[in-house]
Amino acid sequence: MKHLLSIEDLDRDDVERILDRAASFAEVSGREIKKVPALRGRTVVNLFYEASTRTSSSFDLAAKRLSADVENIRSTGSSVDKGESLKDTVQTLSAYDPAAIVIRSPRVGAADLVARWTPASVINAGDGKHEHPTQALLDVYTLRRRLGPLDGRRIWIVGDVMHSRVARSNVIAFTRMGARVTVAGPPTLLPRGVEALGCEVATTLDGLGEADVVYALRMQHERMSEAYVPSLREYIAHYQIDGRRLGPRQLLMHPGPVNRGVELSAEVIDSPQALIGEQVAAGVVVRMAVLFELLAGGGPSASARAKSSSVERAEPQPA
Amino acid sequence: MRTVASGDRSGAAPLVSKPAPVADLLVRGAWACDPREGIDGPLDLLVRGGEIAQLGAPGSVEAPRGAEVLDGERRHLLPGFVDPHVHLRVPGDEHEEDLDSGTRAAAAGGFVAVIAMPNTKPPVDSAPILRSLREAAAREARVPVGFLAAITRGQHGSALTDMAELRETGALGFSDDGVPVQGAGILRRALQYQRLCGGVLALHEEDPNLSGDGVMHEGEVSALLGMAGIPAVSESTMVARDAALAGYEDGRVHMLHLSAAESVEAVAAAKAAGAKITAEVCPHHLTLTHEEVRSLDTRMKMNPPLRSEEDRRALVAALRDGAIDCIATDHAPHAPEEKEAPFEEAPMGTTGLETAFAVLHSELVRPGVLSLATLVERMTAGARVYGLPAPRLAVGEPANLCLADLDADWTVGESGYESRSENCCFAGRTLSGRILLTVAAGTIAYRERALALVP
Repeated sequence: MKHLLSIEDLDRDDVERILDRAASFAEVSGREIKKVPALRGRTVVNLFYEASTRTSSSFDLAAKRLSADVENIRSTGSSVDKGESLKDTVQTLSAYDPAAIVIRSPRVGAADLVARWTPASVINAGDGKHEHPTQALLDVYTLRRRLGPLDGRRIWIVGDVMHSRVARSNVIAFTRMGARVTVAGPPTLLPRGVEALGCEVATTLDGLGEADVVYALRMQHERMSEAYVPSLREYIAHYQIDGRRLGPRQLLMHPGPVNRGVELSAEVIDSPQALIGEQVAAGVVVRMAVLFELLAGGGPSASARAKSSSVERAEPQPA
Repeated sequence: MRTVASGDRSGAAPLVSKPAPVADLLVRGAWACDPREGIDGPLDLLVRGGEIAQLGAPGSVEAPRGAEVLDGERRHLLPGFVDPHVHLRVPGDEHEEDLDSGTRAAAAGGFVAVIAMPNTKPPVDSAPILRSLREAAAREARVPVGFLAAITRGQHGSALTDMAELRETGALGFSDDGVPVQGAGILRRALQYQRLCGGVLALHEEDPNLSGDGVMHEGEVSALLGMAGIPAVSESTMVARDAALAGYEDGRVHMLHLSAAESVEAVAAAKAAGAKITAEVCPHHLTLTHEEVRSLDTRMKMNPPLRSEEDRRALVAALRDGAIDCIATDHAPHAPEEKEAPFEEAPMGTTGLETAFAVLHSELVRPGVLSLATLVERMTAGARVYGLPAPRLAVGEPANLCLADLDADWTVGESGYESRSENCCFAGRTLSGRILLTVAAGTIAYRERALALVP
């Protein structure tokens, strides 16, 4: 596998292989010296055109724990500020011969374009409201640790589905792993045609009780001023996940950053049912596994596997 | 077509092109198809001094001294096409297209006249700009060009242009194409003022409140891609509104580039109610759908957007039964660096002059959806929208015709484009039907390199 541009690029076997490797990296992360030499001497460029804390810091840490050299570039303070086009920026960075470019962009399809313009491996760290494949992988990883296989599990994704790349990637990833997914939120924030993702659609939380997992999305304050919902009060009244709506057996997830008291009440954030901290921790090991998969001769892609059955697998060695 | 007067208050010739030697040629034994003349069979056609001088049974017409003779065997002779909607990018964006390259592209597609939209930089919203543009066309244009002027100053939608003066300077009509006339009040004023100055009001129908930040058709594909959608009702509600206004003021309107099934219904209803309304449709809306956008290829980004299969079928049906009057390319060249961007940032528009006939022949005529005669009628009917005579294969008419090889397969873009821009949504497709020769206003405007002469 050369790039990770969309969660659609991965079949179930690919996901399981990457997550198994992430689990072996988690074992390394428990040690005092958390580094493995897998990517020593290779360069990873993190190119972030959007504000990000979790994704950018975890890609940075993941690359460093694999002993890669890391260059972090943000749109502010770089020549992007001076109007350099994405193409010119990518071609400039490619001259440093990086092994991988990790790209976060506010534009749909930016990672695909970067992959066209660079010989490096490209990882999509979020393209507009389209996809966020590594988030989906770390969410599946987190859930597998708690629940085992996801087959037959019910997962509700609640909130601003329209503006969420996490919702799109996670519906695809969860259903691919055997779960049944419902997206729920205000009718104004459910895109027309969203059922094409392969999920059910609800406009109330009346059926939330069936969920094994409640995955809340970030509700941005701009959505009120844009008249997607009349007021914060109304949103909270109908869609906030609080102690009354969240059953005792249900697990709670959120991609962060949380708007405390908006999509989630304080009591559920701090409850033992919440996996939010585990998601963040999973971010590093899953991104290590993705970098390893693409750069250190991981398994072949689904299509390559169909052609050939003889596969050599490199396993990570502790430093 | 240059010499035709358009009536109303317009004193200037409606179409402008550069002077060129008139053609003397004999096409022998081509299969001629002209539904207006009831012609559908093989014949010889002689052009002398730029006029159609003689039609006759194959082998019956003698070549006069000095006339070029072309072998028409297994080839089709058609009235030249008229494109009522192109963007030639002059003035202001000559790096994307100019009057020479744009009319070269038109001729290569079999077009013998095009009508240029006024959303240039600056827009054609005053007589001096229109006058200088027509002067430039008289130096550079290879096929006759007609010009529309803006409805509102700067196309800002608030104040009318000097419509009467623009008509006298040669404007065929008025359009704020590129953007809609958002206010019903100002459009109503334009319809009232039309009684003084004439000229068709050509309307880009879109409600910006509904389009919002949309970059593609709103539907399953936009939901999957996470891109903001432009709903079909953004177009159809404005079509219905403006058809009602036109009916009320008894004004003459033309609906540009219809893309949605609901818009077709609105136009058909207005026609049934007796409104003076015509409509056009583009080749890409007749042959492609929003599924093409899955690739995020920015050549598939245009406004109005590629819509659903149901919309596409409704447009084809309306074109066939005449609810939609004519085909327009909405030829919209863009520079490569503009289109080489993420889909949401790329400008809207595709080129289309060089591919229109071949695309529609391949996708609609070959599969039996549309007859060749109907396609020819719809590709020439754009002239009538603006009160110009449609090209005809008839003795005494100026020679406006093209010779096509319907069995010639070619791949779009394989040997570049005549247009200065390459943003063609059909790039890479193999089409059947190639234009070999175009005679526009009596002059040879295009000749395929391989077109052999009969010694």
